[in-house]
Formats: sequence, C-alpha cells, structure tokens
Amino acid sequence: MSLVSIRDVRKSYGTVEVLKGVSLEVAKGDVVAIIGRSGSGKSTLLRCINGLETYQFGAILADGIEVGGIHANMRELRRHVGMVFQQFNLFPHLTAAENVMLAPTVVNKTPKKEARAIAAEVLAKVGLSEKMDAYPSQLSGGQQQRVAIARSLAMRPKVLLCDEITSALDPELVNEVLRVVEQLAKEGMTLILVTHEMRFARDVGTNLVFMHHGKVHETGKPKDVFAAPQTPELQQFVGGNG
Amino acid sequence: MSDFSLWIIVKNLLWATQWTILLSLIAFVGGGIVGLVLLFLRTSQVKWLEVPTKLYIEFFQGTPLLMQLFLFFFGVALFGIEVSPWMAAGLALTLWTSAFLTEIWRGCVEAIPKGQWEASASVAMNYVEQMRYVILPQAMRIAIAPTVGFSVQVIKGTALASIIGFVELTKAGTMINNATFRPFLVYALVALIYFCLCFPLSWYAKRLEGKLNVAR
Ligand SMILES: Nc1ncnc2c1ncn2[C@@H]1O[C@H](COP(=O)(O)OP(=O)(O)OP(=O)(O)O)[C@@H](O)[C@H]1O
Ligand SMILES: [Mg+2]
Repeated sequence: MSLVSIRDVRKSYGTVEVLKGVSLEVAKGDVVAIIGRSGSGKSTLLRCINGLETYQFGAILADGIEVGGIHANMRELRRHVGMVFQQFNLFPHLTAAENVMLAPTVVNKTPKKEARAIAAEVLAKVGLSEKMDAYPSQLSGGQQQRVAIARSLAMRPKVLLCDEITSALDPELVNEVLRVVEQLAKEGMTLILVTHEMRFARDVGTNLVFMHHGKVHETGKPKDVFAAPQTPELQQFVGGNG
Repeated sequence: MSDFSLWIIVKNLLWATQWTILLSLIAFVGGGIVGLVLLFLRTSQVKWLEVPTKLYIEFFQGTPLLMQLFLFFFGVALFGIEVSPWMAAGLALTLWTSAFLTEIWRGCVEAIPKGQWEASASVAMNYVEQMRYVILPQAMRIAIAPTVGFSVQVIKGTALASIIGFVELTKAGTMINNATFRPFLVYALVALIYFCLCFPLSWYAKRLEGKLNVAR
C-alpha cells in the first residue's frame, strides 16, 4: 500500500485552478523529486499533503489518514508528515536544541530530558552537535536549514516534504544541506522534494515527477526521464536547465 | 492663604491619588486578562468567534468611555441590581482597556511572519500551542512598548470615573475646589500629579521603542 496516495486532486485559488487533477502514489522508501516551471503548482501540491492548503476535489491519504478530513486527525497526520521550507522558518527566540525539542515536548509530551536526547541525536545526524545552544541568528543559512531538518526529524516522521530547501541558500552552502538529505534517503526515509537541483534529482531520486500547468505531465525513473524526456515540454524544460 | 492650607490640599489630593492608581491597576490587569482571552478568540480564525469579538471591540472602541461608565452605573441599576461607583468604574474601565489591548496585541501577532505559523503547524502543534510557545513569545517583544504607552491612556481614563461619583484624584480636586475656591491652584496640582504618574510611563515606552528599533 502507498504511504502517500494522491488521487485526482484539484485546487483553485478563487477562479484560478492551480492543480488540475493530480494523481501520485508514493511508496515507503521512495524519494520523489518534483520538478517544473515556476507556477506549475509544485508547492501547492506539497502543501496540500500536510494540510497547509485545502483542496476542493479528489483525495489525499497520508499514512492512511485522509488529509482535510476530520479535524482531530490532522494532528495525527502532521505528527507523521514533516515539512521543511525554503525559508527555514526556525523559531528565532529558541536555540537550535529548543527548536528541535519543542514539538516532542509539547505535542508528544516527551519528558524534557528525553527530548533533549532526541535533539542531540537528530542534530548530530545533521552535523550540528556543536550548535545545540546557538540561536538561529548565530547560524549560517545552511546550518539553519539543517536545524530545520532536525526539527522535523525529531517527530520521527514517516514522510518528509521538502519545498526547494536549498533555493534560499548561498551556492557554497547548498551542498551541506543536500548531503544531509541524501543521507536520509540512504537510510530509507520517504521523501517528497520539490527541487531545482536537477543533478540531485537524478542521482538521489527514485521517482521523478514533472509538473506542468497544474498537472503531472511526465513521470518515471529519473535516469530514464532525464536521458529521454518524452514530452516536448519536459524536453524544453530539461534543455533550458542545462 | 497660609502654607498650612496648601499642605492640606496636597495631602488630600495625594490621598485620593491612591484610588486613581488602584483603579488604573485594576483596569490594566483585568483588561490585560480579558484582552488576552479576546486575543485568542480574535486570532483563532474560527468564524463564529470572530464576529462577536469584533462587535465587542468595536463597541468599546467606538463609543465614549463616559457613555460606557454611565451604561454600567445607571443601566445595570435598571435591572434592579445595585452598582457602586467602584464596581461600575472598575468594570467599565476593565472592558474598555481589554478592547484596546486586544487590538494592540493583535497587530503584534499579525506582525509575526506566516512561516512561523506554518512551521509550527507542520510539527503538529495546535492553535493554542502555536500561540503559547511560538507566536506570543515573539509578539510580546514588540507589544511591550505600545502596551506601556497605552497604560497612560488608562490612567487618564480613570478621571472620568469622577463623574459617577468615584472619589479619585479628579473628584477630590473638584471637592477641594468647592471648599477652598482656588480652582487654578487645585487643578494645577491635580494636573501635576497626573503628569508625575504618566510621564515616567510614556518615557519608558519611548525608550523601549527606541531599543527595539536598534535591536532590529
Ligand atoms: N495564496 C495564493 N493565492 C492565490 N494564488 C496563489 C496562491 N499561492 C499560489 N498561487 C498561484 O498558484 C499557482 C501555483 O503556485 P505554486 O506556488 O504551487 O507554484 P510552484 O510550482 O511552487 O512555483 P515556484 O517554482 O515559483 O515555487 C501560481 O500561479 C501561483 O500564482
Ligand atoms: Mg514553490
């Protein structure tokens, strides 16, 4: 059974339809890379999966829970579906460790000491053991984004959604974040990534999804799709991206 | 015109000042508590909570405080409930204060970037948890200066309670004037005392504002 199942989802902002019937199945351990032009609906789709956006038609099931179904289930769903944002969105008044510990203590009622141990573990995983007590303002962009990843991991998600998580970074900081994501992929984490890093999508992705005008326009194994794109739109997109 | 009578005037005014301070404190603390509750209702995005809280705020912001005092003092008496000036003034000022504080604080909450809401929602926090642990700690920083600034309005607002017979600084001034017939002296002293109460607060608020601007 799929871990995330997206079935003919349609979403409009006012009269403008931005998702025009998207279907996608994501199995456990998949690393799905979503690519496409600006405005094609990539972020919107991702945000529908954890309920940050609502959709009008179709259905999304994540870990067997229907997104946008009854209210009580949304909390349960979000405990299992993590998200990392382009702009990091760390809590600026909390240290790195406190950022990571907050949800486990508040949502899962994990005792402080145990939560601190979780924080130490996930921050070590993203290579920031030294920065436990640093505030976000004292960290570089790449470090902040890695703390944000750790914050999601602390909830032990079954799926991690990443929306262009390297796009706000200086070029020299991109790799340290991508390496962390690659490591997660190797460990079997299910990932759905919106990305402009084509090389990363090809090397790390298990599935590639090309979105165009609010639809899944082409999909397949990254290597095949990049080697021989079938649709003229993807040919053009891949060509334009070099 | 002896120094002795001046001393008596000052003494009586200072004695009445304590009621001004107490009423201000009640209004400010009570208004703060009610205001915090209203803030949660107002920012919860729950539609049916939004309209009544909006109406409440519009009413207390959109009508003169004096009318509100009259309504509480005389209006409630119509229902056969005895209301003391204390009760009426305390209640009216509390609710009036709460309406303004809610709006001040709502502005501060809305100044927090949307990403903070989304990030906290994404780790499964509910609305109250988001407010308590993520939004309010950040909003509080920017709220302190305007909140302290508003406390000056509360102190000045208590002067109106004199009209329903609450003996605070202004009322005491009127009574002393009636006995001494020295309006300029008496009201100059009253004004001076208000100034001594309010100036440190507005000065402090200005300083906090400056500090915050530097910190950015
Ligand atoms: N809150 C909103 N209100 C109205 N329209 C919106 C809103 N958010 C997104 N849109 C529109 O929906 C469409 C899809 O946006 P989306 O952000 O999903 O695109 P994207 O593929 O992520 O693009 P990008 O690569 O630029 O991030 C765009 O046309 C955008 O203008
Ligand atoms: Mg986007």
